[in-house]
Amino acid sequence: MKFKGKVWKFGNDVNTDEIIPARFLNTQDEKELGAHCMEDIDVTFAKKASKGDVIVAGKNFGCGSSREHAQISLKGAGVSCVIAESFARIFYRNAINVGLPIFEIKDTSDINSGDYLEIDLDKGTILNLSENKECKMQPLPKFIQEIIRAGGLLKWVKKRK
Amino acid sequence: MAYTITEKILLAHTKEKAISPGDFIYAKIDMALGNDVTAPIAIKEFEASGTGKVFDRKKIALVPDHFTPAKDRKSAVQARILKDFADKHRIENYFELGRMGVEHALLPEKGLVGPGDLVIGADSHTCTYGALGAFSTGVGSTDLAAGFITGCVWLKVPETIKFVYRGKLGKWVGGKDLILHTIGDIGVDGALYKAMEFTGDAIKKLPMDDRFSMCNMAIEAGGKSGIIEPDAITLKYERSVNRKRIVKFKSDRDAKYCEVREYDVKKIEPQVSAPHLPSNAGAVTKFKNVKIDQSVIGSCTNGRISDFRIAAKVLKGKKVNSNVRLIIIPATQKIYLEAIKEGLAKIFIDAGGVFSTPSCGPCLGGHLGILGKGERAIATTNRNFRGRMGHPESEVYLSNPAVAAASAIKGRIAHPDEL
Repeated sequence: MKFKGKVWKFGNDVNTDEIIPARFLNTQDEKELGAHCMEDIDVTFAKKASKGDVIVAGKNFGCGSSREHAQISLKGAGVSCVIAESFARIFYRNAINVGLPIFEIKDTSDINSGDYLEIDLDKGTILNLSENKECKMQPLPKFIQEIIRAGGLLKWVKKRK
Repeated sequence: MAYTITEKILLAHTKEKAISPGDFIYAKIDMALGNDVTAPIAIKEFEASGTGKVFDRKKIALVPDHFTPAKDRKSAVQARILKDFADKHRIENYFELGRMGVEHALLPEKGLVGPGDLVIGADSHTCTYGALGAFSTGVGSTDLAAGFITGCVWLKVPETIKFVYRGKLGKWVGGKDLILHTIGDIGVDGALYKAMEFTGDAIKKLPMDDRFSMCNMAIEAGGKSGIIEPDAITLKYERSVNRKRIVKFKSDRDAKYCEVREYDVKKIEPQVSAPHLPSNAGAVTKFKNVKIDQSVIGSCTNGRISDFRIAAKVLKGKKVNSNVRLIIIPATQKIYLEAIKEGLAKIFIDAGGVFSTPSCGPCLGGHLGILGKGERAIATTNRNFRGRMGHPESEVYLSNPAVAAASAIKGRIAHPDEL
């Protein structure tokens, strides 16, 4: 499976209060949450982002709260996947559980906002079409792949029963 | 094989014969917790799964604490989802307003979590219960839904970092200062995916409430869990809350740690973490010129009775600075009542503070004290991310209750000894 998208670049320690501020946690609506995605870092993000875009960040993406509203909001804003040098653990498991693709690569400093990436899941590679550079993603553990292949945690649980 | 306390608890909750860090396990849950922000999504997913019946109606806790008393119509709808689900599935541990409290203070107080337990909660500060010698970790709503269905959770066995605290704590220094100092030392991802085991002679003497504060903030260093071996202090607490089931695990002498860090606590002054990360920690004296508009004392980190006793000691007979709003929020109804009986509430109100009903309130920018543009607060809460308590251009400094109380009087960040 391959997908392409335009990059929005963020720094280290992007937290869940920035991805979706708590003032919007009184709803679970994907569209509404999507409209406020990343609002406290970049008020215009939700308006600028289009379907299929990719978020690229540094270390510890998604630190803070356990709110799955973060994943719902990213999906609502059209974000197809998140690439970071590392993810905070609750964000990581939530993304796996709800089927928001996330990828770890060693160094994201070469990728800039506006670049176009082509992500090849089968080969485990990320090709920067703008820079013509390719990098390998860290392979996901087998167990995690099993959940992803099942289509998320609840489907995996059903299959397991 | 030698194990840490974390590994022993995890092993006891699986069918495996042995485990090591990095293994993926499927573990049995003793308690699954959700609140008015996270449980509605879990409930929706549970009902959509068509399972029909929860795994154990006694092992689920639902606590509407974030936006309650309902701050607006949408929040009222969310809290209602919990009540309706609790009624439908006869969930034993649903806590309505008037009986509720901030979840991580409430569950230990009700004896619902204890030593040796494996607890998951759809709230990142679920790591608090490690203070009782439980393995306890924050998960998402989908994990919670799967927990409701199966009574199990998937986990990666974490490596453990051992934090050893030696020496005698100084005046006005408590568990909050130890953990802020530690996060300042290792950074907000310093314990990413790892268990944080707190030990040493300073921890062995540390009161229960301070232990809760420490384990509560393990997540702020990226930790999967924080844990303290149960001892006489734990058992005394458990007796006071009528906890029946107690399973005491201890780390083996030759257990493996990925890292050991030692601290001489004598050198640790009351700490303050500057915006916008909990890791921006330093001695309170470094921040003396920082003026504040608001001081918040409460939350799952520092909303317990001993926190209010400390704050009252500082505030007794004093007046809150005319430029400051002091907001004091007890974490549970029991603590609320204790604070009234002990005369603490009167001290707070006489000083010019407000003393409110239990709620997570302003900690996450919910209600009861939202900051406006350019405003600055000192708070005994756990996070100071950008916009956490309100406007994206507001600021939060984290501290212990004594510093928050002293700062409310001075109108700027202050050491309690300055009074």
